Amino acid sequence: MSLWLVILLTGLLTFGTRLSFILLLDRLRLPAWFQHSLRFIPLAVLSAIILPELASRNSIVDLSLRNPQFYAGALAVLVAWRTRNVLLTIIVGMVSLLLFQAILGII
Amino acid sequence: MNLKEEFWKGVRDEAPILLGVAPFGLLYGALAMDAGIGMPAAQAMSSILFAGSAQLIAVRMIGSGIPVLMIILVVFVVNLRHALYSASIAPHIRHLSPGWKLLLAYLLTDEAYAVTITHYHQAGDSTQKHWYFLGAGLTLWAAWQVSSTIGIFIGAQIPPDWPLGFVLPLTFIALVVPALKDRAGTLASVVAALAGLLTIGFPFRLGLLVAAFLGILTGMLVEGKPK
Repeated sequence: MSLWLVILLTGLLTFGTRLSFILLLDRLRLPAWFQHSLRFIPLAVLSAIILPELASRNSIVDLSLRNPQFYAGALAVLVAWRTRNVLLTIIVGMVSLLLFQAILGII
Repeated sequence: MNLKEEFWKGVRDEAPILLGVAPFGLLYGALAMDAGIGMPAAQAMSSILFAGSAQLIAVRMIGSGIPVLMIILVVFVVNLRHALYSASIAPHIRHLSPGWKLLLAYLLTDEAYAVTITHYHQAGDSTQKHWYFLGAGLTLWAAWQVSSTIGIFIGAQIPPDWPLGFVLPLTFIALVVPALKDRAGTLASVVAALAGLLTIGFPFRLGLLVAAFLGILTGMLVEGKPK
C-alpha cells in the first residue's frame, strides 16, 4: 500500500517539477534578465554533471592514472571541440577508455 | 525539415545515449527485485516516476525500510534539477497545445533534454522542433521501459567495471563543448563543472543544483546587462 503511495506521489511530484516552468512561463511575463539567463542552463547543468562523473570514483575526486575515465573524457573534450561531431566524440572516448583500462590491467 | 524528419532525427540523435541508459535500466530492475518490490510495482515506477537516478535511490530506500515521507522528499529533491530543464525548454514550446505540453513535460528527462535543447539552439525553423523532442523522448522512454523489464525478469548480468555507462557523459561532452561559443557561456560551464566537483559529497544531488546555479550566475554576471 505505502509502496504504491510512494510511486504515485514521487511520480506526481516529478511530473509537476518537469511541468512547472512550462506552465508558469505561459502565464507570466518574465523580466529580460531572466529570459537571457535561460541559455546558461544547459551549459551549467550538463557541465556540472560531466566533470564529477569523469573525475571521481565512488564520490571521491580521483585524477590519478587509476581513473582512466578522466583522461578518456579529456580526450573526448578535445575531439568535441575540434570536430563538433557527436558520434566521433563518443567513439574516441569509448575506445580510449577501453585502451586505458587495458593498459592499466597490464601494469 | 518536416515533422516526420524532425521526429526521426530526434530518434537518431537519442540512439547512442541508449547504450549508456540500458545498463542502468537493467540495474534498476535487478535492484527493485532485490528490494522486494515485486514486478507490477517495479515496472509501474519506471513508467510513472520515469527518472533513472531517482528510481535507483528510491528502491534502495524502500528496501532498507526508510519512512515513506522521507523517500518522497528525497526523490523530490533529487529531481529538482528538472525545474531548470523546464524553465529552459519552456519558451521553445510555448506555442503548443496544453496536451503537447503535458506530454513533453512527462518526457523531459536529462537525456532527452540534452539533445533537444541543443537542437533548439541550432538554426532552422523551430516551430516543428517539438517533433524532434517527441522522437528523442519516446526513444528514451521505450528503452527505459524495456531495460527495466529485462532487469526485473533476468537481473543485471553486468560486470562491475562495465564501461558502457561512460557513453552518457561522453554524449553530454559532445553536446556542451560545441555550444561554448562566447566568454559568458564558457565561464558558466567551467564554474559549474568545478563547483560540481567540489560539491560531490553533497547528498541527494544537491551539489548539482548548487553548481548549476553558480554557473548560471557566473554567465549572467560576465554577460552583464542585456542590450
